[in-house]
Amino acid sequence: MSSLQMPKVDNSIMSKKDKIALDLRRIINSKNVLSDPNELRPFETDGLTAYRQMPLLVVMPETVEEVSQILKYCNENKIKVVPRGAGTGLSGGSMPLEDCVLIAMGKFNKIIEIDYQNRCVVTQPCVTNLAITHAVQDKGFYYAPDPSSQIACSIGGNVAENSGGVHSLKYGATTNNLLGIEVVLMDGTITRFGGKAMDAEGYDFLGLMTGSEGLLGVITEVTVKILKSPEVVKAALVGFPSIEDAGNCVAQIIAEGCIPAGMEIMDKALTKATNDYSKAGYPTDAEAMMIIEFDGTEHEVEAYIQKAKEIAEKNNSSSLKISKSNEERLKFWAGRKAAFPACGVLAPDYMCMDGSIPRGKLAEVLNEISRLSKKYNLPVANAFHAGDGNLHPLIMFDANDKESLRKCEEFGADILKYCVKVGGALTGEHGVGIEKRELMCEAFNDRDIQQQLTIKVALDPNSLLNPGKVYPILRKCAEEGRVHVHGGKTKFPDIPRF
Amino acid sequence: MEEKQNSQTSLDFNQNIFKPTSREEIVEIVKNCYKKNIPLEINGLKSKNKIGRNFQSEKTLDLSEFKGIIDYKPEELYIKVKAGTPLKEIIEELDKNNQQLAFEPNDFGYLFSGESNSGSIGGVVSCNFAGSRRFKVGSVRDHILGFQGINGKGETIKSGGTVVKNVTGYDLSKLVSGSFGTLTILTELSIKVLPKPETGKTLIIKNPHLKKALDFLGKALSSSTDPSGGVFYPDYFGKNFVLNDLTHDGGLTAIRIEGPINSVDQRLKRLSKELSLLDQELSILDNEQSSIFWSRTKNLEVFKKLESNLLRIVLPISETLIVIQKLKSYDIKYFVDWGGSLIWAAFETLNAKILSDIKDIVKKHQGYITLIKIEDDLKASADIFTIDPIKYKISEKIKRSFDPKRIFNPGKMYTGI
Repeated sequence: MSSLQMPKVDNSIMSKKDKIALDLRRIINSKNVLSDPNELRPFETDGLTAYRQMPLLVVMPETVEEVSQILKYCNENKIKVVPRGAGTGLSGGSMPLEDCVLIAMGKFNKIIEIDYQNRCVVTQPCVTNLAITHAVQDKGFYYAPDPSSQIACSIGGNVAENSGGVHSLKYGATTNNLLGIEVVLMDGTITRFGGKAMDAEGYDFLGLMTGSEGLLGVITEVTVKILKSPEVVKAALVGFPSIEDAGNCVAQIIAEGCIPAGMEIMDKALTKATNDYSKAGYPTDAEAMMIIEFDGTEHEVEAYIQKAKEIAEKNNSSSLKISKSNEERLKFWAGRKAAFPACGVLAPDYMCMDGSIPRGKLAEVLNEISRLSKKYNLPVANAFHAGDGNLHPLIMFDANDKESLRKCEEFGADILKYCVKVGGALTGEHGVGIEKRELMCEAFNDRDIQQQLTIKVALDPNSLLNPGKVYPILRKCAEEGRVHVHGGKTKFPDIPRF
Repeated sequence: MEEKQNSQTSLDFNQNIFKPTSREEIVEIVKNCYKKNIPLEINGLKSKNKIGRNFQSEKTLDLSEFKGIIDYKPEELYIKVKAGTPLKEIIEELDKNNQQLAFEPNDFGYLFSGESNSGSIGGVVSCNFAGSRRFKVGSVRDHILGFQGINGKGETIKSGGTVVKNVTGYDLSKLVSGSFGTLTILTELSIKVLPKPETGKTLIIKNPHLKKALDFLGKALSSSTDPSGGVFYPDYFGKNFVLNDLTHDGGLTAIRIEGPINSVDQRLKRLSKELSLLDQELSILDNEQSSIFWSRTKNLEVFKKLESNLLRIVLPISETLIVIQKLKSYDIKYFVDWGGSLIWAAFETLNAKILSDIKDIVKKHQGYITLIKIEDDLKASADIFTIDPIKYKISEKIKRSFDPKRIFNPGKMYTGI
């Protein structure tokens, strides 16, 4: 995994490190410019810890004007810039480059306005996802997208990656819950896309920026919509004798017109691993286990749970438990949310993949993964946001064994290619970053990629903002790394991941 | 789907209106126009082609024959269609499986010609005008999973796919939604569909006062009763809604609740309680009548064959009251949709000065105006869409990245774009 190719280092920039630092210290408070290797170390990686690179310098601006001046300076002097929020991303989107100025947005950590009348929150980008909900929950509101890392991930990072979560089937991902952003372009231009009014007219730059992985601008303010918390939330824990039965159950629940708030499937391997780890009371004899959650008013939730129960039974469910209390519901989720550490117990290392597939292809894709698992002789466990077709296979391997690592990387790439082949996508919610960059040509042809690159060049003619991410450098579909965890230790082991 | 870049069709380039039936033909037309710098006007079913600036085009690309449902997978909640497919045809197909396009697109046919013309799906996406469910389910753009299109050089490009969760590359589906055909010729669209709610009922409160209406709507939308529609019609429109269950004909505030039958009844009861409606004159529309009511709303039927000017004004809810109060100094008829954040306002008389004043008012209150229907004289000079210099500059760059020679609907949105 050390063979990752990044854009060519500009030696003239490297040699001017001291001067650049001095110039930047004239733009912002000098203590907010970090140049000492010991100070830079914490920024060398994000949530994709397999890749590490110290940046040239780190700047920590405090105002949008400072961000603008930094970008303008870097643009004029052809210095690469990498933006960074909380650094929890799983695809290496904020991994530094050797010759880059890393803009760490950590000081943008305040909620600016809570506007209940317009049902929105205006916030600085480095406020965590969960902090937004915490700020409004006393009035019975919440922010819907809930990536598993919500305790730590920043809302600006959510916008950059278009983060989803367990509940995105019903409530959408970040892009569907965003009203506006303030953004600084590479040339220092400060502008706003969207605002408190819906669907700003003109080209949808808000939609373009969302999920652009820090390649088009640096986000300095975010306006999100908030929703009234549902009155009742209930979950059912269902066991199935086969993956096919579970898959059919998902399809029929959707076809019947019930849209659950969340619908998760785990295969037998993961059910057992998570149950051993967290004692969640899972049906470990089942080949597949499903958690279905409904929210709404009491009658609504009851009606849907009953319907889901009938459908599960028609599809040969071997066990079915409905949560009787909120505590029990959270217990259902506890195992699912501990999938990462549970796998850490089973193998020295594992990689988490993030493919998207049509819901109906679940059994087919899992069979293929199982075939590949035998081919590569590496165990795998599968978690699946079944409602919206987002699959997270966890491949277990030993990073100390180079052959095992190589096999794991090939295995992972084969899975993602298969996801694309059945009509899915390379990434459902983790982003492309550096991780899946070279696989982009599986999903897109040259013209598709060229069109996207033309947009990049239109806004950043010198390709200085977060270069080397998302789009292939090698121009061939090389297989590269995934979320790599050694000895169960991620950089932030306490953060739930997916 | 690999493109046959060199395939030749038997197109006659001397004609002024092209009616292609295949993507290959569209590619050939665009390549030819690109080579010869020929501007193209792009049309679907022309239900909304009066919206936007007038512009000069030598040739017209009529996509009405480029139609058909390519793939519909109800259990996967998507439908893939050719861009010229009539919206009506798509809705009829979805009906068979009890599914719908949740964004309830407006039918502008009544406004412009007095009868239904809901247009083509390509037009719906290009305009990105969503109906009453907007505040709950998002806009048109939120339901576009992916597209295939032809850029200004005649290259076939795609973005997104058919799965709901997809963060692979820039989300160009958003960018082309609402771009009024100025970036790409849409050829295929993959659209998210959703099950129809089991039932929908509408609580109608007899009330002629805007302030009170906005108060009802604000409370309803902030309640856990989860409404999916909220409108206010002033007194002069009350008579437009003659329905069996509607017991009065004056101004009205309507709130729609959808879902399983039991839940809808429970939520309606709760809503009445939360809005303290005991002393109000109320009606409840059953499923069928509720559908009629909201269909008339999305079709802008109160403005059927409107002779005067129609403006679409979007605002943060908090600003709606004050903006309407200010607009009342002009001769207007209006109604409020989107639970208070969308105003459809007809102006009996409109001139450049009034328009400029109205724009200033709306801008000051963090909103925007789109001129949907205006007199020809004014249309030639007025800005249909509003844009600031920074966004104009960015838009210009984005336009060039798709359509370097400005051959697609040049000037339809802004001069020079």
